[in-house]
Amino acid sequence: MSIEQMLGLATGIVFGFIIQRGGLIRFEKQVGMLLLKDMSVLKFMLTSISVGMVGIVVLSHFNVLNLAHRPMNVGAILIGAALFGVGWALTGLCPGTSMGALGEGRFHAIFAIGGMLVGGMLFSRSFDFLQRTVLTWGNLGNIGLDDVIGVSNLIAMPFIIIGFVLLMKFFEKMGL
Amino acid sequence: MKTNKNIYLLGAALGVLAILSTLATTYLLGRTNFLGTSTTFVRAAALIERLFLGETVYESTYYSQIGLRVDWQFMLVIGITIGALISSLSNKTFKIEFIPPIWKERYGNSVAKRGLFAFIGGIFAMYGARLAGGCPSGHGISGFMQLSVSGFMALFIFFVFGALIAQIMYKKRGVKA
Repeated sequence: MSIEQMLGLATGIVFGFIIQRGGLIRFEKQVGMLLLKDMSVLKFMLTSISVGMVGIVVLSHFNVLNLAHRPMNVGAILIGAALFGVGWALTGLCPGTSMGALGEGRFHAIFAIGGMLVGGMLFSRSFDFLQRTVLTWGNLGNIGLDDVIGVSNLIAMPFIIIGFVLLMKFFEKMGL
Repeated sequence: MKTNKNIYLLGAALGVLAILSTLATTYLLGRTNFLGTSTTFVRAAALIERLFLGETVYESTYYSQIGLRVDWQFMLVIGITIGALISSLSNKTFKIEFIPPIWKERYGNSVAKRGLFAFIGGIFAMYGARLAGGCPSGHGISGFMQLSVSGFMALFIFFVFGALIAQIMYKKRGVKA
């Protein structure tokens, strides 16, 4: 195994361990969040985003690493994310959690994973068409919040984190 | 619903993992990799196709573009399963299950029915994730962390449509999350 593969494997094992410990890869937790009844998965995500953001924003500010924004293709994200949302609710699992669910014995994840492989095959077959159409609709490039509001990420970041904390406090208060 | 207070601790741990992982890939591999999973499913699909169709798979623009090697992310995705296995065996939450409890309550004991819906859902989820350019890990966690506009938009729409369909699919008297 190459160093690249070993690093990926080690990172994945820790990733899988963490999300399993939180019970976050259960169908119940995912659907519970989508039904707005149990916000565990969202609380977990907001916390990890907050902590990660501090490190990533500071490191990129000092040029230790470069941000890699994914393209802001308005049309593709609108349609693609909507399709994803529909599929997420149907399976009760997303790509990462389906692999975790398999690891903890929830073998029904196999059907979701099978569907995802077929989804990938269909995507590759329609890619040329998508490139001529949907992927050209409103392509704003690889932009970050600072490109839009003109304020440094170092300044915007605390406001986002405060917003997340208030949201999580609200969930706790509501017993979600 | 009892709240697992550890959720915050675990969330913070994933945040730290994300930071360490970007640093490790930057220094050890010479390029910064952010956590993500969905491209791997397309690579895996292509590798399966290659078993049957041979080198013709490279005629696909997308397959050529993403490259068909077992790369960092591919191993990460495999690692998730191994990590979840180790964790669930060590805290005794490993459980063989073919139908999730909420599903059983609402739609009964048919594994075929659950399998069919999960399969169709999987197709939608992956097609949508690749079109949108990422899933809740890549767009949601990694994108949001970098304050990417695409991450904000994708995560919001994932939830809106997910919540909409979940209401239709699972909301019924007495069904508790």
